[in-house]
Amino acid sequence: MLDILIIGSGGAGLSAALSAKQEGANLLVVGKSYPTASQTSMAQGGMNAALGNVTPDSTQAHMEDTLKSAHSLSNQNMVKQLCEDAPKSIAWLDKLGVSFDRTEESKVAQRQLGGASSKRACYAQDYTGLKILHTLYDNCLKEGIEMREEYFLLNLIVEEKTVLGAIFLDIVTGEVKEIRAKATIIATGGYASLYKNYTTNSEGATGDGIAAVLRAGGSLSDMEFVQFHPTALKGSSTLISESARGEGGYLVNAKEERFIDELLPRDVVARAIAEQITNGEEVFLDLRHLGEEKLLKLMPQEVRLCKLHENVDPAKELVPIKPVAHYSMGGIDVNENLEVTGLKNCYAVGECSNAKVHGANRLGGNSLLEIVSLGRKAGTNAVGCDCHRTDIENQNQLTNNQEYIQGLLEEYPWEQNFYQIQDELGKKFYQHAGIVRDNTQLNNLLNELRVIKADLDNMGIGDKNKENNTNLVEFLQFQNMLEIGEVVLDAALVRDESRGAHFKTAFPSKDDKLYKAHSVYWIEENVLQNKLVKVINECK
Amino acid sequence: MQIRIKRTNETEEFEIPSENSTLLKSLFHIKNNIDNSLTFSSNCRSGVCGTCAMRVNGKEVLACSYKVQDGDLIEPLNYHEVQRDLKVNKEKAKETLKASTAWLQASQEVAITQENVSAIEKQTDCILCDACYSACPVLAVNPDFMGPFALTRVYRYTADARESDIATTIANVQSNGIWDCTLCGECTAVCPQDIDPKMDINMLRMTASQLGYMDPNYQAMDFGGF
Repeated sequence: MLDILIIGSGGAGLSAALSAKQEGANLLVVGKSYPTASQTSMAQGGMNAALGNVTPDSTQAHMEDTLKSAHSLSNQNMVKQLCEDAPKSIAWLDKLGVSFDRTEESKVAQRQLGGASSKRACYAQDYTGLKILHTLYDNCLKEGIEMREEYFLLNLIVEEKTVLGAIFLDIVTGEVKEIRAKATIIATGGYASLYKNYTTNSEGATGDGIAAVLRAGGSLSDMEFVQFHPTALKGSSTLISESARGEGGYLVNAKEERFIDELLPRDVVARAIAEQITNGEEVFLDLRHLGEEKLLKLMPQEVRLCKLHENVDPAKELVPIKPVAHYSMGGIDVNENLEVTGLKNCYAVGECSNAKVHGANRLGGNSLLEIVSLGRKAGTNAVGCDCHRTDIENQNQLTNNQEYIQGLLEEYPWEQNFYQIQDELGKKFYQHAGIVRDNTQLNNLLNELRVIKADLDNMGIGDKNKENNTNLVEFLQFQNMLEIGEVVLDAALVRDESRGAHFKTAFPSKDDKLYKAHSVYWIEENVLQNKLVKVINECK
Repeated sequence: MQIRIKRTNETEEFEIPSENSTLLKSLFHIKNNIDNSLTFSSNCRSGVCGTCAMRVNGKEVLACSYKVQDGDLIEPLNYHEVQRDLKVNKEKAKETLKASTAWLQASQEVAITQENVSAIEKQTDCILCDACYSACPVLAVNPDFMGPFALTRVYRYTADARESDIATTIANVQSNGIWDCTLCGECTAVCPQDIDPKMDINMLRMTASQLGYMDPNYQAMDFGGF
């Protein structure tokens, strides 16, 4: 039997794999796409570490910036660990071959990102995530780590609250298979695709691991916290990097009036833009004064994307933009060892998890740090897992999953087009559970979502082929989005305050007395349960 | 407007809205509204995940970065097993990374300058979309050829100041590797990241020559046979 099953092959999963392999574990990495296709490839800005290579910096300052952005919803021990480990993680990546940019003294170069008190983000040109991911992948090949592509996670195998592996749909053959392991690490990414067509994220950010944990009886927390990026292209939701404003770009409305200091934190800028849009204004990024030469030198990717998706030349025209969902802070609830709350032998790491390092708002440059630093930690911890054993040899779950997939292929009707429903739902999430929230609208949307869930039996798929059925995969992802969406809406309803990325007009300030707490959700006897758990904030 | 899509058994014509649209968006329009069974791969929509490479009118493009035109013929990548419609199996192509040992053999601690980083910047921009592999005519005659992206990655690591064992890597790309390339440049022409694998392969040949390897094509020629 495998020692460790790693589900998800992005930066977190591959970091975990490399550290577990180093300790001699027998492991397998499984993902629904090819490893280098993961969301990690899209991270541009950088990876934080208080190296002080460019401006004076300290671990303490990194911690303080992270805690400030988290608005009291983080665990100080975890933040401390993360910030202390950051320089080691950079050194590790550097040794593996990541081509970080350098200073004149041949040290790793660092640049300023929003909310940081020093130039702290290490970067590999504008492709930091891509280059880290590919280097991790090359090293996994070197170490002979087995990776299985196009395996879609259906469910965790659970007996007596103990995870014994997972059940997958082999997308290529259409077979439903189980993979058993002593310990399981979930590294399946975030859920910003809930805001379909209103997110910078890849299509695959559908929270499959998070939904699987919820179904398996584990806990999720802080799901209402979703970060919105102020500037994505209006039509395609393609990200226009923060550097566009950092280099002096303006935000203007149709009257060409500026309405906000462009360099304020992401949530503040996103709200200001949302307010303009709510008032019927269109919002644009104005880069014209920077000139064509400078634009092509500083942000060639962005210039190309503007021309491709919006048909505008940013050197000559205004670029239409909107703020869109960018990162999910909430996720699978884990303890300080990254063990999933409520399940044994199971770990979660990366954007799918809530390790309480980002709190109510993530600091730019801390997500790449999290996947590498905590990814390695998850690998090491899983090797040392004091695995709970169970003798139950039950095949019921596999059979149930096989029958369900077979039913989708053979029996479900095709009376309603779920793609259209998904598009409509994405738009409603953006409007009513997005940057600015209101209880009546959240409530209405929650009711609507429950109606859609009850109606799933009338949807199903039009493509009845067993092999390579992407229609089937997209329908399964849609179901995961519905389950997660219910938690996001309920948690947003409960939290009658404004904190970090969560903002309610009727409750515009923080309420520490009631809500300096994590909102925790789990399923018990088929009913969604929740409680608020006070933040542990004492630093050991 | 109309586009034609080469599907598993036939080439099918589809009517799509004639708005300014990427090919990927048009494919989703068809899948979500006209035919659920149209099968293709995609993920990031932004040209970095390398998933949606396919051929349009015989030339490799990323569907997310190509503006669709009336009358376009869409086909799957060459030299990949077609799993269904435009979806291909990339496993065999990815095996070339293993065969060529495209990684640091022995990483040494050494000061890296920005010049070192810039020297391999283009090569490390690779997104593994397989466009170059599909465009490479050598694969039509030698399916075991390592192909352009693996050799670009090999060059990227041999040119890395951290590598202390270039000889091992160079030895690993002798068979079905650097000498099998015809330097035709088709790979360079289709790379969405403007990488030049042809140049990288040339550089590897120079390094190999310095290490005492000979071009087997010359060895095979009989110069004394008059």
